Amino acid sequence: MKEFQYTIQDPMGFHARPAGALVRAAKAYASKITISCGEKSAQLTRLMAVMGLGIKQGQTITVTIDGPDEDKAFEELQAQFRENA
Amino acid sequence: MQGFTGLSISQGLAVGKIVFLGAQETAARQAGSPQEERSRFEAAQRQAVDALGALYEKAKAELGEKDAEIFSVHQLMAEDEDFTDLVSAAIADGAEASAAVRQAGEQCAAMFSAMDDEYMRERAADVRDVAARICRILSGEAEHTITAPCLIAAEELTPSQTVQFPRELVLGMLTARGAANSHTGILARTLGVPAVSQLPVSRELHGHTAILDGFSGTLTLDPDEKTLAEANAKIAAQQAQREALRQLISAPSVTRDGRSIRLYANIAGTDDLPLLQRSGAEGVGLLRSEFLYLGRSTYPTEDELFESYKTIVQAMGGREIIIRTLDIGADKQAGYFDMPPEDNPALGLRAIRLCLTRPILFQTQLCAILRASRYGNVGIMFPMVTGPDELHRLKEALADAEDVLIARGERFGPYRVGVMIETPAAVFMSGELAGEVDFFSIGTNDLTQYLLAMDRQNPNLAPFCDPHHPAVLRAIRQTVERAHQAGCTVGICGELAADESLTEAFLRLGVDELSVAPARILPLRQKIRDLTLG
Repeated sequence: MKEFQYTIQDPMGFHARPAGALVRAAKAYASKITISCGEKSAQLTRLMAVMGLGIKQGQTITVTIDGPDEDKAFEELQAQFRENA
Repeated sequence: MQGFTGLSISQGLAVGKIVFLGAQETAARQAGSPQEERSRFEAAQRQAVDALGALYEKAKAELGEKDAEIFSVHQLMAEDEDFTDLVSAAIADGAEASAAVRQAGEQCAAMFSAMDDEYMRERAADVRDVAARICRILSGEAEHTITAPCLIAAEELTPSQTVQFPRELVLGMLTARGAANSHTGILARTLGVPAVSQLPVSRELHGHTAILDGFSGTLTLDPDEKTLAEANAKIAAQQAQREALRQLISAPSVTRDGRSIRLYANIAGTDDLPLLQRSGAEGVGLLRSEFLYLGRSTYPTEDELFESYKTIVQAMGGREIIIRTLDIGADKQAGYFDMPPEDNPALGLRAIRLCLTRPILFQTQLCAILRASRYGNVGIMFPMVTGPDELHRLKEALADAEDVLIARGERFGPYRVGVMIETPAAVFMSGELAGEVDFFSIGTNDLTQYLLAMDRQNPNLAPFCDPHHPAVLRAIRQTVERAHQAGCTVGICGELAADESLTEAFLRLGVDELSVAPARILPLRQKIRDLTLG
C-alpha cells in the first residue's frame, strides 16, 4: 500500500474538471485507490462521490493506493494532481 | 427508384442519405421485467457514454481542450458507479428504466444541491442533464447519431429535437406532418435547406439515398445514376447562383431610385451565429429567445441566459439586435415548465401571459437581457401583446428588473422597447401602443392564423390559408400608418417579410425593416436593388 498527500491549489477547489481528470487517470489502474479529506473518503474512480467530498482550495487530501500496480499509480497520480489541481 | 409527392415547406434541392429520427414517446412506458429494464438502461448508458465521447472529441477539435472538458465530465457522470447502482436499485424495485434514471439523477442532483459550495450546487444541473440524455435515448429520440451530412426524416420535428442535431450537417428535411409555418419549415428556411412535408415517412427510409426537391415538393428514393447526375448538376448551378449573390453581402438594401429599407435576420440562438455572419444581415430583427429553454430538463439560470445573450450581442458588433422575450406555450413546450393541458393552446397561456403569471421566470430573463444590453444595441420586444394595459404591466416588470440590478450594483445599457403586432387586438390598438414604444414588429405568422382563425399547424387548412389575404395586408397597412403617426418604427418579422411578391408593396407602405431567415437576406437584397418605385 502506498499513500501520498497533496494540498489543492486551484482557487475553485477540486472542481469538476480536475476531479474528472483524476478519476479518468485512476480508472486506468487495477489498484484500489481512495481519496480522503478530513473525515470523509471516496474511491477515486467514482466522480460523483469524489465531487461530493466538496474539497476546497488549501485543503490537504490523502490518496491511498493498494494493489498490483500501486507503484506506477503512485507516481502517475501525484503528477496528475500537480498538473490539474 | 421510387417517387413521392408532398407539400413543399422550404425551397431548395438536396441529395443525401436519409437519417430517421424516431418520435419521442409521449406516454409513459410500462415497466418490463427488471432484467429487461436493466438491459435497456445499459444499452442507453453505453450509447450516452459514446455520444459524450464523440461530443468531447468534436468540441476539443473545434473549441479546444478546456471547453471540451465538460463533456468528459458528463461522460464520467453517465458511467459513474454510484449513479449506476442507484439506477439498478430502482429497477430492482420494479421501476421502468427512464423512471429509474430520472430518480437516480435526482438523487445525485440532490447531493450536489445540498453542498455548501455554490459551484458544486450548480453541478446538480450537470447530473440532471446527463440523466435527461439517457432518458432521451431510452425514449427513442435519436441524438448525436448524425455525424455526416444527411437528410433528416421524422414524423414531425419538435423544437426540442431540432436543437439537438448539428445544423451544419442537415441537407434537407422530410416529414409526415407540418405545414409551411411549422418549426420544421421555419428551421429549414433559416438554414436555407429544402423541406417537404406530407410524405410517407417511416423508419424504413433510414439509410436510403434520396433526392429531396423543395421546389416541386417531391422525394425520389434510391434514384438511378442518370437522375442523380441531373440533380447534382442542378445543385452545382444553385451553388454558383448563391456564390454570385455573395457580392451583395455588404451592399446597401436600396432601390434603384434610392428608397432604402433595413434587412435584418431572424435567428434562434448562438447556433445561428455562423449563419448570421455570412448572411449579409444589417441587424437581428428577431432573436427567438426560447432556444435556451428548449431541449433541456431544468430552467436556465440568469447567468446562463446572460452569457448566451452577451455572446450574441457582442457578435453583432454594435448593430441592432431585437430580443423577443420568452414565447413558450402553444406549440412550443418544454416538459419542466409543467404546463397544464389546454384545449386550445394557440389561444392559451403562452408568451407574456405565461411570463406575467410566473414573475420569477420573467424577471430572470429580463435581468439577463438587461445585463447583456450594455454590450451592444439591444431592443427588448414583447410577444402576444393585446393592448396598453398589458404593456403597462410589462413595463412595470422591466422597471422591477432594473431595480433588482441596481440593488445588486449591476450595470445595464440603454435599450429600446417594442411590441410584436401579432394579435388582431394589437392591430386595432396600434395607435395607442405606438405612443408608448420605440418599435413594432409585425409577426405575420401568428397574425395570419389569428386574423383568419386558421390553425397554422393544421396541414388540412393549407389550401384555405391565403398568406396574401386582403385582411392581412390591410392589418399591416393600418399598423404601419398608425405607428408612423406616433414616430414608432415598424418591421415585419414573419414569413411574409421574405415574400418577394410583396417586397414592392412593403417598400411603398414605408415599412422600416424586414426581418427574414438568414438565407433569404441576399436574394431579397437583390430583389430590392432591382426595384424602381417611381
